[in-house]
Amino acid sequence: MLREKARIMDAAGMGRALRRMAHEIVEREEPGEELALVGIRRRGVHLARRLQEEVRRLTQREVPLGILDITLYRDDLVDRSPQPEVHRTEVPFPVEGRRLVLVDDVLYTGRTVRAALDALVDLGRPRRVELAVLVDRGHRELPIRPDYVGKNVPTAAEEIVEVRLPEVDGGVEEVVLVERPAQ
Amino acid sequence: MKGRDLLDLADLGADELETVLEAAASMEDVLARRIKKVPTLRGRSLVTLFFEPSTRTRISFELAGKYLSADVVGVNAAAASVQKGESLEDTARTLEAMGVDAVVLRHRAAGAAELLARCLEVPVINAGDGMHAHPTQGLLDLYTVRRRKGELRGLKVAIIGDLEHSRVARSDLIGLTRLGAQVWVAGPATLLPPGLEGLGARVAATVEEALREADVVMALRLQRERQQQGLIPGGEEYARCFGLNRQRLALAKPDALFLHPMPLNRGVEVTSEVADGAQAVLFDQVRAGVAVRMAVLYLLLGGGN
Repeated sequence: MLREKARIMDAAGMGRALRRMAHEIVEREEPGEELALVGIRRRGVHLARRLQEEVRRLTQREVPLGILDITLYRDDLVDRSPQPEVHRTEVPFPVEGRRLVLVDDVLYTGRTVRAALDALVDLGRPRRVELAVLVDRGHRELPIRPDYVGKNVPTAAEEIVEVRLPEVDGGVEEVVLVERPAQ
Repeated sequence: MKGRDLLDLADLGADELETVLEAAASMEDVLARRIKKVPTLRGRSLVTLFFEPSTRTRISFELAGKYLSADVVGVNAAAASVQKGESLEDTARTLEAMGVDAVVLRHRAAGAAELLARCLEVPVINAGDGMHAHPTQGLLDLYTVRRRKGELRGLKVAIIGDLEHSRVARSDLIGLTRLGAQVWVAGPATLLPPGLEGLGARVAATVEEALREADVVMALRLQRERQQQGLIPGGEEYARCFGLNRQRLALAKPDALFLHPMPLNRGVEVTSEVADGAQAVLFDQVRAGVAVRMAVLYLLLGGGN
């Protein structure tokens, strides 16, 4: 049984963090740039939708939203059990020349983001790619850093950061720190 | 499905068939891209061992492997040491010793893939064994129909022709009925083997009965190379009695799909008018073939323990 240690963010806190991130994303826009958000399945997609909504409120503009499935790009397929299901990547706009913001829930080792970058460049050549995450929990294994962070959370390796979203998990919206059960 | 063999669609449950078809949809997206390559099977190797002539199936498997970044070696069995009398078992052990991660086998003898699978630890994929099974052809037909019709449940599918010698028909029949389609078969009485009902088929008295109100029509290739015993009178008469022409296809629903495993005997089991017509989805099938084989390779070789 997983033991819940602490609640890192509640629904209001998550809303504030996403609003601030949307502000930052809009602020860093350069003239002539075409912005698009790309959520990494699964939770990144829902967070990207929220960011899209916040950007719309700020700018009255609808930025395109893509969905990235990185299963085929993982470097840990051999060790993963059960076998991850492949879902579809849906990026319904040309990435060529665009400014893309990748969105994920938790940044940890950086391997997911590495896979996502590989998946993205196979779709074309974006002008630049940035990274937005709701939680950065540290412990990077690759030279990857986020451009937009909802909250930095120092963690121990045996802890798990769970982002709970009603769209995926039902129930309340929150981010909690839980302890991995002893092996 | 990791580590398993794919010998016969009968070994897959409905949920596993669905898993393959879902994965194939993602693979088809990869095929549509400018860069048709994903790194999924980087560092894995695949050997295609074909003891019977085949272009489509072999190229399809080899491309599927390459699009997933596997290293693919095609063995031309006609030139291989098999011709020097090496047994299938010895060939298999040799491949295993070389570190092959999966073997795709096409063989004229039914059960050859199973025999190979028994000698090998790594997955064996049956690419057609005698008159027994051709599971990936069955999967690509399921995929093609599902993609066009949305769902297989409740569809009426007519399979017309030489059921006796057709491993394709057998695999289609198993897959289609398992996913809830209603399959009717018709063909020359001499080419309708006993036991079709046991596989879930309804045997129609006439081609017309099978075709009436069908959602999907599949014509099987008249396998002339397997017709030495005079089971049918000849191509022309076959065409007259069992061939798919415009009039016969009109008995099916107006939006019925026409499938054929190819290669075509034009003017025998199907007229050019039908084969090249708006209802034919033969090249969808070919494209689906690459996608489902990518899905199968991913599921058998990629990830999980």
